[in-house]
Amino acid sequence: MEKDLKYVDLVDQPIAMHPKKFALWLFLVTIVMIFAALTSAYIVRQSEGNWLEYDLPSIFWYTSGIVIISSLFLQYGYYSAKKDNMAGLRTGLGLAVLFGIAFLVGQWYSWVALVDENVFFVGNPSGSFLYVFTGLHAVHLISGVIFLIIVLISTYKYEVHSKSMDTLEMATTFWHFLAALWLYLFMFLLLNH
Amino acid sequence: MSTASVANHDAAHDHHDHEHHDNFVTKYIFSQDHKMIAKQYLVTGMFWALIGGFLSILFRLQLGFPEMDMSFLRPLLGGWIDEAGKLDPTFYLALVTMHGTIMVFFVLTAGLSGTFSNFLIPLQIGARDMASGFMNMLSYWLFFLSGVIMFISLFLKTGPAAGGWVVYPPLSALEQAIPGSGLGMTLWLVAMTFFIASSLMGGINYITTVINLRTKGMSFSKLPLTIWAFFLTAVIGLLSFPVLFAAALLLVFDRSFGTSFYLSDIYIGGEALPNTGGSPVLYQHLFWFLGHPEVYIVLLPALGITSEVIATNSRKPIFGYKAMIISLLGITVLSFVVWAHHMFVSGMNPFLGSIFMFLTLIIAVPSAVKVFNYLTTLWRGNLIFTPAMLFSIGLVSFFISGGLTGIFLGNSAIDIQLHDTYFVVAHFHLVMGSASFFGMIAGVYHWFPKMFGRMMDAKLGYVHFWLTFVGVYMVFFPMHYIGIAGFPRRYYSWTNFEFANMYTDLNMFVSVAAIITFSAQFIFLFNFFYSMYKGRKATENPWRSNTLEWTTPIEPGHGNWPGEIPAVYRWPYDYSKPGAEEDFIPQTVPLSATPESNLPHEQELVKVELEIMKEEEEVLVSNETSHS
Repeated sequence: MEKDLKYVDLVDQPIAMHPKKFALWLFLVTIVMIFAALTSAYIVRQSEGNWLEYDLPSIFWYTSGIVIISSLFLQYGYYSAKKDNMAGLRTGLGLAVLFGIAFLVGQWYSWVALVDENVFFVGNPSGSFLYVFTGLHAVHLISGVIFLIIVLISTYKYEVHSKSMDTLEMATTFWHFLAALWLYLFMFLLLNH
Repeated sequence: MSTASVANHDAAHDHHDHEHHDNFVTKYIFSQDHKMIAKQYLVTGMFWALIGGFLSILFRLQLGFPEMDMSFLRPLLGGWIDEAGKLDPTFYLALVTMHGTIMVFFVLTAGLSGTFSNFLIPLQIGARDMASGFMNMLSYWLFFLSGVIMFISLFLKTGPAAGGWVVYPPLSALEQAIPGSGLGMTLWLVAMTFFIASSLMGGINYITTVINLRTKGMSFSKLPLTIWAFFLTAVIGLLSFPVLFAAALLLVFDRSFGTSFYLSDIYIGGEALPNTGGSPVLYQHLFWFLGHPEVYIVLLPALGITSEVIATNSRKPIFGYKAMIISLLGITVLSFVVWAHHMFVSGMNPFLGSIFMFLTLIIAVPSAVKVFNYLTTLWRGNLIFTPAMLFSIGLVSFFISGGLTGIFLGNSAIDIQLHDTYFVVAHFHLVMGSASFFGMIAGVYHWFPKMFGRMMDAKLGYVHFWLTFVGVYMVFFPMHYIGIAGFPRRYYSWTNFEFANMYTDLNMFVSVAAIITFSAQFIFLFNFFYSMYKGRKATENPWRSNTLEWTTPIEPGHGNWPGEIPAVYRWPYDYSKPGAEEDFIPQTVPLSATPESNLPHEQELVKVELEIMKEEEEVLVSNETSHS
């Protein structure tokens, strides 16, 4: 693959975007479409009646905060990397990973809260949808955590610095996207509940 | 089967040298070269087309000859033929389901887009390879895996999925509903998940490559229409396949975890199921949000190939290049807002039905623009009837005759009578099935010289074309009558109905025609594999075509062009330009080199062009100094 990229560099590129970064954006589009489909399914199904009403777990407020903080830490790491501040980069990345894991734990407790409310995965679709939204988002977030950990490890090999930002940029884009996706889902649930 | 053909490739390529020697595995199996991946898609697609076609012959035998003794099929079908020599009715349902799934997804999506997007995008836009060769390889192998799983499901004791290719719940969601909803359905869903992942990876790659890796001068307004079509196909796939994934995910939860997204108030054997609150129509909405764009995923590449083949072999510029692009864009956008015309009789609000009817009928406009442009391109052209050209004209014919019936079916009122009858079957097999299939075959005939460095036999191609063309009409034309008479599709047998008896001979006719058409495809297969080794050696540009792929060596190696990638100076359709010496001017010929044929506005562009060329020379010089 290295070889192919060398070829590519010789060509005058009409749009100056790293192909892999562009591909990442397209991948984000597919995730958007999955959740657009699920949330529209939610609305369509809700409008047909026979819809169980229950309280959203209040822990969602905390997890939303956690995911925002995590994004901020990653952004801090990103800026540090731009200035070749390795310690700042590692701190930012490490804290972003930790808060990401804290978010996942929080989401797990939201399920516990739902079960306490007698809202189960199996039952009225109203509850099942909530499990699917949070679960599918968590699956994506786990992949994001893995991505961040990989980048974190590569910082110890000095592979991420101001001259080599591509991987970190992609990780940052993906992570911010996942945070925004959660906020969208939470807003959506608040408004359509 | 793939190992056999892979081994054969090896023999065919042995005699010439490559710059770098890959071993057998990296070159033919886990290849990251877009041309090899395209060939892998093509051969796999052909394998699936044979299976899909053969399944249709099996159920056509049942429909055309309901009294027939099918004992001779027992070695193949085993228990699916009962003691009296009759086809098992549940297996009949499995046959139509698998025929649809295989043809729509494995042949006309993966086989068509996978082959030609992979093969032509880098070659026609002037790129060394796809944006990510690794992801491209992964895309093929996920498709392969998906195919293996689907293939295994054919041999299950309970049979493969049998709920129709649309797998509507509750039929597909409840294992106790029909045998095919058991393990067969599970494998169907698993296979489709891999297929979706494969399509998305392919699509992301196609879009990235088209946007980021075009050669110098290759602006969007100079792109061949093939690339426009592949690009927009990938965009459609990128937006619609995730929705199918969402639909399938909820279906998996309903099947295996007991949720009720699609299930509500169902009684089986007098016993109520616990599921409550679900909506089967919800599945239909989600499914058709993919399902309708899928029609265009299948069709647009074929239309793109046709544009290229017709322009080249009419020796005329394509009529209305911009109009073609705009109608492609129009079809792309509209394809997302018409899905509910598949659901007119599903109990949807009739007001919504009217809206979707209106939107559906609007699609007739860009489609008609395309047809008009094909015909006007052909009009008074110096037509050269290569097999590819014949198949492209065949596509236009099917697109017209099948498209007309779409106008009827798009009407929510008329659809009440015609819904789920053979009229629908006839409609989509002509406009989408056969048209796309013809586009694919045209593409194979046209780009075979570039793929294998040899020509396919034209005479066999003509025989193949006429048998297939006439055969397809003989199969699908009578189906319109059967459909208007009220025959529902997916029924095992109609002989119990008085009104249906008078059409038995027509069904028999259709079945015989289907067998002839299917057999004719073996001529193509023979031609394909024979020409691969023994065909006449191709020249560099056998069709005297303008696009970039014909400037590569006869058998392009890895990286496609041995030296620099050529720059592009003009659109790809300068055929028979007044004043020009030859009847074609390749895209790589600068305007400044053809003052005799330039139009006034092109003469202006020459100045700009000279500046670009000067820049280019500087780059070349600097490259050379840096290399030495």
